[in-house]
Amino acid sequence: AALAATGAPAMAQGLEPNTLEQISTYNNYYEFGVGKEDPAAYASALDIDPWTIRVDGMVDRPGEYALADLLSGLQSEERIYRFRCVEAWSMVVPWNGVELADVLDKIGVQSGARYVAFETVVQPENMPGVRSRVIPFPYVEGLRLDEARHPLTLLATGIYGQPMPKQNGAPIRLVVPWKYGFKSIKSIVRITLTDQQPPTTWNRLNSREYGFYSNVNPEVDHPRWSQASERRIGGGLFSRRQDTLMFNGYGDEVASLYAGMDLRENY
Amino acid sequence: MTLAQRINRAQRVLPAWPIYLIGFGWMGWLFWLGLNGDLGPEPINALERRYGLLALQLLVATLVVTPLRTWTNISLLKYRRALGLMAFGFLMAHFLVWALLDLQSLSRISVEIVRRPYITIGFAAFVLLIPLAVTSNNASIRRLGALGWRKLHKLTYPAILLGAVHFVWLVKGYPLEPFLYLGAVIALLAIRLVPKRRPAARAPAGAVTR
Repeated sequence: AALAATGAPAMAQGLEPNTLEQISTYNNYYEFGVGKEDPAAYASALDIDPWTIRVDGMVDRPGEYALADLLSGLQSEERIYRFRCVEAWSMVVPWNGVELADVLDKIGVQSGARYVAFETVVQPENMPGVRSRVIPFPYVEGLRLDEARHPLTLLATGIYGQPMPKQNGAPIRLVVPWKYGFKSIKSIVRITLTDQQPPTTWNRLNSREYGFYSNVNPEVDHPRWSQASERRIGGGLFSRRQDTLMFNGYGDEVASLYAGMDLRENY
Repeated sequence: MTLAQRINRAQRVLPAWPIYLIGFGWMGWLFWLGLNGDLGPEPINALERRYGLLALQLLVATLVVTPLRTWTNISLLKYRRALGLMAFGFLMAHFLVWALLDLQSLSRISVEIVRRPYITIGFAAFVLLIPLAVTSNNASIRRLGALGWRKLHKLTYPAILLGAVHFVWLVKGYPLEPFLYLGAVIALLAIRLVPKRRPAARAPAGAVTR
């Protein structure tokens, strides 16, 4: 049902997905280095088999879940979403995955829980960026529970119908299309339900530049660069900038989540 | 013959003009790669970074010349103008890629220069180096006088420092590379303040010269 409600309109908007080559060679995955080409160069060392996800906090069924067990019985869908990086570039990605809401239902969210926290795997021996400590690891992110339950929010396991490339966050990553890309945490090994707003990596590093919400918002600039426009990856040397859309173009679907909130304060 | 003597003898026969040839050739080659999609899926950003980094590297190289001569007697003075002008060439390319290909509008450019401190100082470094590039010729040295010319060209010091800070300021997180450049620039500026004792035969004992 959600596919009809969200995936199809995305197609109908005439979004032209980037090529798999583009999507998998221009990445931010600091565990493998800070260069855009570093993840493609080094992520092959990532060990993803077996993959277990620790589910804890305010859930009815905590535990160490094998990836396949966590996903079994859930409907996998294709979603073609805009992907907007806080660095003011963007792509269109045809993700495959399950709605996070379905996973949350499976693990049983307790009534007091208000946030979902995520954690990325740390494999120092396989991750040169972790060894050189460019930022603190493990990378952590979080969503408010209503954001996490939103039908647009995906746990993606593939792109173009193929298993998720390692540099894009194999074997399973978050995709929150109306937020800056760094919210969409990669290679998830832990999901925690909590009643406290969880810490998030970039907010911890620089709270003035990166807020907890980090919704795509052309009217609120990042202190070091404008968010009013962006450049689609793949247009070559003479590609034109395009205006950035409020909530990355998903305002009709998600604006109500933030009704009454000052988005300049809650950036 | 010492290494220094050997290098000094070699520099007498090796001209400086290939630096321009290689520099502009490399600049054009990178642009060509970007044009053909060989700099990754985001060639504008790639070119911006490559040109900017090359400018900084060449500027650091110009800073090496004097201390190298002071401390090792290796003289590469002959190449410094070419290195400096080539650095300015890459800086100009860096600026033009940013202004024309990246931002694409005068209003965006002016807003960014005013509102983003790391761009403000990068632009300031560029502006500081314009008079130096313009006067990097023998006629200007004659017109300004050696002393005046040298004084003017001390502007390289703040310009390079601003360039290195610009690099540190624009990255996210704490990658090592920009800090290495900033450290190198600070060290190369600081070493100019260290007094070098000339051999007693050439200077009175205790005299301090640079």
